[in-house]
Parts: sequence; structure tokens; C-alpha cells
Amino acid sequence: MSEIQQVNETLELITSIDDGSEQYLSFFLGEEEYGVEILRVQEIKGWAQVTHIPNSPPYLCGVLNLRGTIVPIVDLRLRFDMPKKQYTATTVVVVLKVEGVTQRTVGIVVDSVSDAHNVVPEEIKATPDFGSNVSTEFISGLVTLEDNNMMMILNIDRLLSVEALG
Amino acid sequence: MSIDISQFHDVFFEESFEGLDAMEAGLLDLNVGAVDLETINTIFRAAHSIKGGAGTFGFIPVSEFTHVMEAILDEMRNGEREVSTLSINLLLESVDVLREMLTAVQQKTATDDGRIADTRQKLEAMKADEFEEPELVKVQVEAVTESKDLGWKINFNPHQHLLQTGNDPVRMLRELGSLGELTTEVNDSKLPPFSDFEPEDSYLSWTLTLLGDIPKEEVDEIFEWVDEDCDLTIESIKAPVKGPTRVEIMVAALDKHDVVSVEFTPEPESEPEFSTTESVVDETPVVAVDIEETQSIEATLPVEKTTTKSKIATPAASSIRVSTDKVDSLINLVSELVITQSMLSQIGEHFTPKMLPQLIDGLAQLERNSREMQEGILRIRMLPISFAFNRFPRLVHDMSDKTGKKVELKLTGEQTELDKSVMEKIGDPLVHLVRNSLDHGIEMPEVRLAAGKAETGLLQLKSYHQGGNIIIEIHDDGAGLNEDKILAKAIEKGLVDASDELSPEKIHDLIFLPGFSTAEELTDISGRGVGMDVVRKNIDSLGGSVEVVSNRGEGSVFTIRLPLTLAIIDGQTIRVAGENYIIPLVSIIETLEIKTSEIKLVSGKGELYPLRDEYVPIIRLYDVFNLDPHITDLEEGLLVIVEGEGQRVGLFIDDLLGQQQVVIKSLETNYRKVKGVSGATILGDGTVALILDVPGLMALYRDPSLALFVNHNRAA
Repeated sequence: MSEIQQVNETLELITSIDDGSEQYLSFFLGEEEYGVEILRVQEIKGWAQVTHIPNSPPYLCGVLNLRGTIVPIVDLRLRFDMPKKQYTATTVVVVLKVEGVTQRTVGIVVDSVSDAHNVVPEEIKATPDFGSNVSTEFISGLVTLEDNNMMMILNIDRLLSVEALG
Repeated sequence: MSIDISQFHDVFFEESFEGLDAMEAGLLDLNVGAVDLETINTIFRAAHSIKGGAGTFGFIPVSEFTHVMEAILDEMRNGEREVSTLSINLLLESVDVLREMLTAVQQKTATDDGRIADTRQKLEAMKADEFEEPELVKVQVEAVTESKDLGWKINFNPHQHLLQTGNDPVRMLRELGSLGELTTEVNDSKLPPFSDFEPEDSYLSWTLTLLGDIPKEEVDEIFEWVDEDCDLTIESIKAPVKGPTRVEIMVAALDKHDVVSVEFTPEPESEPEFSTTESVVDETPVVAVDIEETQSIEATLPVEKTTTKSKIATPAASSIRVSTDKVDSLINLVSELVITQSMLSQIGEHFTPKMLPQLIDGLAQLERNSREMQEGILRIRMLPISFAFNRFPRLVHDMSDKTGKKVELKLTGEQTELDKSVMEKIGDPLVHLVRNSLDHGIEMPEVRLAAGKAETGLLQLKSYHQGGNIIIEIHDDGAGLNEDKILAKAIEKGLVDASDELSPEKIHDLIFLPGFSTAEELTDISGRGVGMDVVRKNIDSLGGSVEVVSNRGEGSVFTIRLPLTLAIIDGQTIRVAGENYIIPLVSIIETLEIKTSEIKLVSGKGELYPLRDEYVPIIRLYDVFNLDPHITDLEEGLLVIVEGEGQRVGLFIDDLLGQQQVVIKSLETNYRKVKGVSGATILGDGTVALILDVPGLMALYRDPSLALFVNHNRAA
């Protein structure tokens, strides 16, 4: 769990810097790197057993007790129709604050957390239109990182809206 | 050393609002004419402490306002003033104003100064009416009019049946004569020929001229009992002002150099039965102009009113007053808990296997202590339902005033305790149901008499505990629900098919459907678009239910069933397909092991279990929840008979686990409502378990398409 602790510490450090750019937390699903606004991240925790919700969509793993509140957990791989990966002790849950009619707390299961990046708004490029081949409605922009990797910025308010959770 | 007295504000407000409630209740208890000294004293004391408190905290307008009320109450107390309907209504209005003022001070919003000044002047006018008369009236006479020739011209035309109502015009004329100089002019044009003459009918009408300085109220009072049985107009003679009361209002305004509103048209509330007299209306603008030159008169008051009203929205942080014995018992429990804790830590320090029985005893004691603590703390949140009932005497009073219906309100079981959060949410639905009973249920006195019922309708509110529920019943002995009308309306609105055969109960239930309202015209009282469907929705959201039983011509009974508390339930943990669920203990009737041979099949699929004299449908829980079953053989599992919405079903499960109290957590905070699940709870090991909602499960069973996602991926 020390890796998670380390990331949590880095997060604190990074959020204290302010040079006009915005910070994004990036994580991996397979080979793909995704990013979410760091200010939306409530915490990062390890995988724990969830309680299944009957008649819910497959990508909703279930609900978790997060210090007394019931938080739904979404498997992002299944949400994006990627093949399922077995949960292990190193599977990571990113707990996000989602804005909607009310603010809600939702957890997403990702393969691993990568890094925190400073991104100046001008660096964000528009998402190309793939037509109906690839669903891009949840991606608000693309950013090229230092290592030439591409980070897709997720619109979590749309991705994890009440309606989208089934 | 200075003390920050603002820390006592909350207490002051709380006590003041309580005082206002007491005043209101007292005023409603007062009988016109008969002075009950004890009641007046109660009202007086409440007013006095509000005045004192407001003075201490520097809320000067409040204390000044209360002072005037107090003065009038004092006169009543000393028998110097008669307790009349007029004065009671004015005092009730003042209580409302005072409540608004206090609310405004508490929330630091603007007050409706116009209304306050208005009411205050009415109060002052009433007070001055008898005791400060001479000086004020003189000022008025000089200021407003040179005409001293005050008097009344009255057209009194009794209906034919006036004598049958027990009223005698002769007596009324005699009383008028005692007020001032009376000249009468009789109109006998309606007199029939002697052969057609009915001795019990009244054929005469009068034109009366009453001269003298007489308040309109006194004239009104004489005709008070006959206003529905005659045509009556009362006009003032030659005077631009209607009477001394009005005049004093203006003078008071002039004296105070204040922004005031002066009403020149008769107030609709206090004198609805009299037609507006033209002479007054015609001449008042002159007066208005006069005053306008010296004072600025706010003509835009109604607009102001609406703006201030809309501002009052955010209620202050809520608090409850708790009786000391509840707190004392909690303190006792805490001290017991401390003793248990120290006993346990002693055992822990020097633990040997021999002390195991002691440890077990200690743990049992701890369990008892914590359970009692929990109950005690829950009791703090419990309030007697009289908090919700208390507003109804006033509501009934106001509404019977407005509609002319005669209603007696009877409250029983006001001490029944209910969780505060439930209480807060049940208030509005209750008001709606009571208004509904008054508006649509109880008939006008004539109609009631014609139907052979007592003239005064009876409205009863009952409350009592039954099992884990609290029951509130609203009885009225009015007309009852009109099935034909309801059915016609429902067909018109397309809620049911004309061909459907519906039992009376089913028809009654239609009124709870959205989009249903039979009120032919919208009245002030009900029919404002908020229908019974909202009532049902609100009560459903509290985990309760509402139903109606009605007999045509005899009245209706609305029964509300509510859980005692929203926070904690007794639950039975069950296991099915590897998942744990909780069934609320209140909905479980019994649990059975069954034999396949006992099962009856309906069209090859629907399974029924014969339970004594009825057949209950079997719901396989894994089916409605689309889980991969571990046990499918009915003989291997268990059947839990549960009840919801008056219907029984058998839930087929794998096994029963333990029973425990569970704290209900909402799934909707972060997720959404799930069909068949009422909430979630956290078990002792920190995992989440879902609480089953029996009516929801039944709905899922009847219509599986309600399940949004049929989950095929669970095989993993």
C-alpha cells in the first residue's frame, strides 16, 4: 500500500503549487492513459469487497462502505467495454467527487494510478470525431505528455451521472 | 464585565414561539361572552413574557407591539372589556403578525411594516375605542370633516323564513332604537291578501335611519344572526368617514409621522356580509388626498408584501427541546456504561482463563447498556404528535369562518410520540388531508340539517401506536366520497377504462392517482393543484402508507401509517445466492420449511403456497434480482412469509442468518433508488448489506421489466 501512500503525498504537494495550470491525475486502463482533474479526486484506496446491487448494469461493481457513507463503485474497464480484469490487492479505486444536481461520491476501478501532471489549458486538444466507431462523449480533451504518451481527459460528470450509472 | 446576550437569542425565540402557540391555542379556547379567567391569564402571561424578553434583547418593535396586545388582554382580564369575536380575531391576527416579526428578527430579514402598522393601529383603535375616545375623536372631527351628522341608513329586508329561524325583527328594531335616535319606515308592498297570509312568514321590510355617534360594529352586531336570512345594506349618512374607529386610525397615523396604509374600503374579512356602501367609497378619495398632502402614503404596499414574503425561506438550524427526565435517564445510562467499561478494563488487565464467565457477563452488560443508550437517544428525537396537531384548531377556526361551515374538532392521542424528522415531513400532508375533509367532506349546515345530521360537523384526528407503526386517522362525518363522480372523472382523465369493473375501495383509491382532482372549481382552500397524489407520495417517501375508507353520506376516514423512526429498524439478515440482505422484521409474518408437494402451480409457472386459508404467491428472490442461484429446490431453502401493502407473499431464500438492529443509510445520496431495495446498512464487519423493500419486490415480481438491467455477467 506504500505506493498509494506515496501518490497521496505527491498529490498534496502538487495541489499546493499554483502557476495557472491545472493538475490532472492520470491512471491506466490497459495501455491507455486517462486523466481526471485532481481537485475532483477525494482519495485513492485499494480494492475492497463490494456489495452487489441487484439489476444494475454490469459495469457497476456494487457499493462500498466509505466511512459510513454508501459509495457506488464503477469498473471503468467494463464501462468502456474493455475486457474484464480480475481484481487483486493492487487494484486501485479512485474516489471522485461528481457534480450533478447534487454532489455525489463515486469510485472508479482502474488498473493503476500513474502520475499527477500539470497541464496548461492551451495544451488540451479537442477530441477528434470517430463517428459511431468509438464512443468519445465522455472525453473532454487530449493532452500530449512529456513522454509523448497521450492522456485522455475524462468528463466524469457526464461519465458518472446518475443516468449513466443505470 | 459585559455579557454577550446574543447567546440567549435562540432560547428567547424558541420560548417566544412557544408562547405564541400557547396564545393562539388560548384564544381559540376563549368563548365569546363567557370569560374564562384562567385562559385569559395564560394568554396574558405568554404575551407578557414575550414583551419582557423582547425588551431585554432590544427588539423594541416587538415589545411595543406586544404591549398594545397586553393592554387589551389586561382589560379583558379585569373584566373591563368584553370578549367578542371581533377582538379574538384581531388578537389572533396580532399573534400572526408577532410571529412574522419574530421570524424576521430571528432570520434578520425585513418585516412587513405595512401589515404590522396596520394591525397595530387596529389594536390601538380597539383599545382607544372605549378608553381614549374623547380626545382623539375631537382631533379627528376637526381634521377630517365638518359634518357632525353621523348616523346610519339601513335597508333591512328579511327573507320570508326569517321568523322560522327564531329571529324577531321587532326585537332587533328595539335594540337599534336603544343605540340612538331611530326612525323607521315600513314597506308592506309584499303583504299578500289576507286569505294567503302565512302567520309564520315575514313579509315586511324596513328602511331605518339611525342617528347618533354609533360604531358600525354595534349595528353589525344586531344583525349578526340574521345576515344570511335577509338582504341588508348599511350606509352611513352624510359623513365621509364610516365611524370613529376608522377616524382614529387616521389620527393615530398623523400623530406618529409614520408611513402608513389607510384602508378605505371595508375589510372583507370582518364584514363580508354587507354590501359596500357607495357613499363611503365615493367620498373617501377626498380624505385620502388630504392626508396625502401631509403624509406620504404607501400605495405600493401589496407589492412590498410579496417581496418580503418570498425572502423568508431559509429556516434556522433546527433544535429540539427535551424534557429533563429524558436527559436524566440518559445520564444514568452513561454512568452505568462507565461502570461496565471500567469493569471490563479491569478484567482485561489481569485476564486469566478463569475469568471468562466474568468477561462474558461484562460483555452482555455492555450490550444491554449500549442498547438502552441507543433507545434513550432515539427517545430524545421523539416528540408528541401534538406538535403537528396543534395547528389544526386554528386552521379549523379560520376555515369555518371563511366557509360558513360549522365544525367541531376533536383530537385524541396527542401524546403519541413520533420521530422529529417524520413529524416535520408529515405536517404538510396532514394539513392537506384536513383541509380536504373540511372543504369536500363536511357539508354546509343547511345541507347537513337536510340530510338529518347534526348541524355541526365533526372532524376527528386520532393517533396511536400499532406494532412498529404510528397510525394517524382523520375522520369526518361529512358527505363521503362520491364514487360516481370519481369514476366519471377518472374515465375522463383516462386513468381507468370505462369498461373496468371497480370495487368501491378501488374507486376510492383513485383519488390518490396523479392528475386527479374533482373539485369543480378551485377554492381558496383546496384544489390548488397539489393533489392527493402528492400526499401519498410524501407519505410513501417516509416509508408509510395512506388509505381511505368512505361511506356515502356518512363520512370518510383517512388512515396514515408511518414507521416510528426513519433511522433504525429491526432487521432479519437472510442469505440468497451468496449475497446477504436484510428484511425489516416488521414485515415478516413467519418463516417456514415447505414441501414441494404442497405447492400449487398456476398456468404451469406461478407458484402458490397454501398458508392456512389463503394462497400466497412464492417469489424466488434470486429470480427477481437476477442472481445465479445456489439453491433452487424449494425443499432445501426457506420460505419467509412477508406482508406489504396488505398483501402476503412468500420469499424463497437460501437461509436465515441473525437478527439485529440496523441503521438505515440512503443509497440515493451517491447512487439512485433501486427497485426492491429501500436502503442499505453497514454490518458489524464493515460491509454493506441492502435492506429489502417488500412492496417493491412485489412490484418487481409482477412486472420484471421494472428491473432496468438484466445482469447476465454475474456468472463470473
